[in-house]
Amino acid sequence: MEQDKKPVKEFVVSAIENGTVIDHIPAQSVFQVIHILNLDKYGNQILFGTNLDSNKYGKKGIIKVTNKYFKPVEINKIALVAPTATLIIIKDFRVIEKKKVEIPDTIETFVQCVNPNCITNHEDVPTKFKVLDKIDSRLKCTYCEKITEKKNMTFR
Amino acid sequence: MTSENYKQIQTMKNRSLISIDDFTKEEYFSVLDAAEQFERKPVQNILDGKVVATLFFEPSTRTRLSFESAVNYLGGKVIGFSDVSSSSVKKGESLKDTILTVCNYSDLIVLRHPREGSARYASEVGTVPIVNAGDGANQHPTQCLLDLYSIRKTQGKLDNLDIAFVGDLKYGRTVHSLVIAMTNFNCRFHLVSPPELKLPSSVKMHIKEKNLEYYQYTDLSEVIPMADIIYMTRIQRERFSDPIDYEKVKNAYILNRSLLGNTKPNMKILHPLPRVNEINEDVDDMPQAYYFQQALNGLYVRQAILKLILGL
Repeated sequence: MEQDKKPVKEFVVSAIENGTVIDHIPAQSVFQVIHILNLDKYGNQILFGTNLDSNKYGKKGIIKVTNKYFKPVEINKIALVAPTATLIIIKDFRVIEKKKVEIPDTIETFVQCVNPNCITNHEDVPTKFKVLDKIDSRLKCTYCEKITEKKNMTFR
Repeated sequence: MTSENYKQIQTMKNRSLISIDDFTKEEYFSVLDAAEQFERKPVQNILDGKVVATLFFEPSTRTRLSFESAVNYLGGKVIGFSDVSSSSVKKGESLKDTILTVCNYSDLIVLRHPREGSARYASEVGTVPIVNAGDGANQHPTQCLLDLYSIRKTQGKLDNLDIAFVGDLKYGRTVHSLVIAMTNFNCRFHLVSPPELKLPSSVKMHIKEKNLEYYQYTDLSEVIPMADIIYMTRIQRERFSDPIDYEKVKNAYILNRSLLGNTKPNMKILHPLPRVNEINEDVDDMPQAYYFQQALNGLYVRQAILKLILGL
């Protein structure tokens, strides 16, 4: 009978042949993820959606990047702004691997220290932070010891 | 010297002293114990053949002169600058290049620099130990150790004390270092400041982590009768970008003779100096005034630091 049939799931954002899907991004963080990964300057096809329905999070965002597999430093960046995100590696339309992003214990080079008087903002010094809180993304600068919080985090 | 003390002293050899929480409680005690020995006998020829560089990118009287005095009393030699206009920094040389160069000419570098984190960075790029003599508003660990020495000397102990910190608790790096160090000793913290100059949350976090008591006040007179130590600070004009903000708070707390009628008999007033007007000169000859002896203690503590880091 027609009503016994399972509804066919429609993809709001089309499938990709090869590349990475970043799923379960907090809806408000989609554009930030695009920005920090420099995807706005990426030459291949990118599909994204935001404010999509999610059973787990209510609303979520998703980004599909063709022919791109992210390096660990890029995955760390995603984890900082979208700690709930899942990375799905796609090859030949098949899911090869699914993994949750995880914030490491230390963050190096790509976050800018919030303290304008920190040595890292005045000399050519790579930044280094100890992660104090992985849920709220609170980082303590190894040099000036000031705390950079998610709300005022900028990237180098 | 016991074998236990000897072991503790060895743990500081060739290490930089950047932030007060780099060292353990036992290591603080090693420094204080060694400083006591220098107080008894300040002239010792243990630095013969050693060169200590003092690089002061910001002005200083006590820290620089007490370090240089410490080296001289111990028979070592001092090189360095106290004014960047007489160095290649004026030509745009980076801190890294300055440090790498001076490491070639010295056994230890004492560094004061206006940028926060500069001393940690110098310790990463340098090949000799760095002693942080103040990095912006961040840390000033040798001041902290001399403050601990002064507290232990006047109170006979470091634990279970009521310590009042007064004035600029936001930018005062000596306050930050001392608060963090005193969280090792089960003290009660009385924090007196204008609302604009409260202790930063990153420093308060250390008190909270140890579940210690702290109280915040805007009125200085409230804390005077209960304090064992009153740690006064100058409101630092150079930390304000807006002179109007400085004018609003510059005279917030002035300690004078009439305020000191009802104090505990053991109470002492400390101040990292220089003072401007926050302690009236009529307090100087009162038994509670300890700030000039505190500056003298800086000599012994810095002698102890040089000895332990150079492993002598």
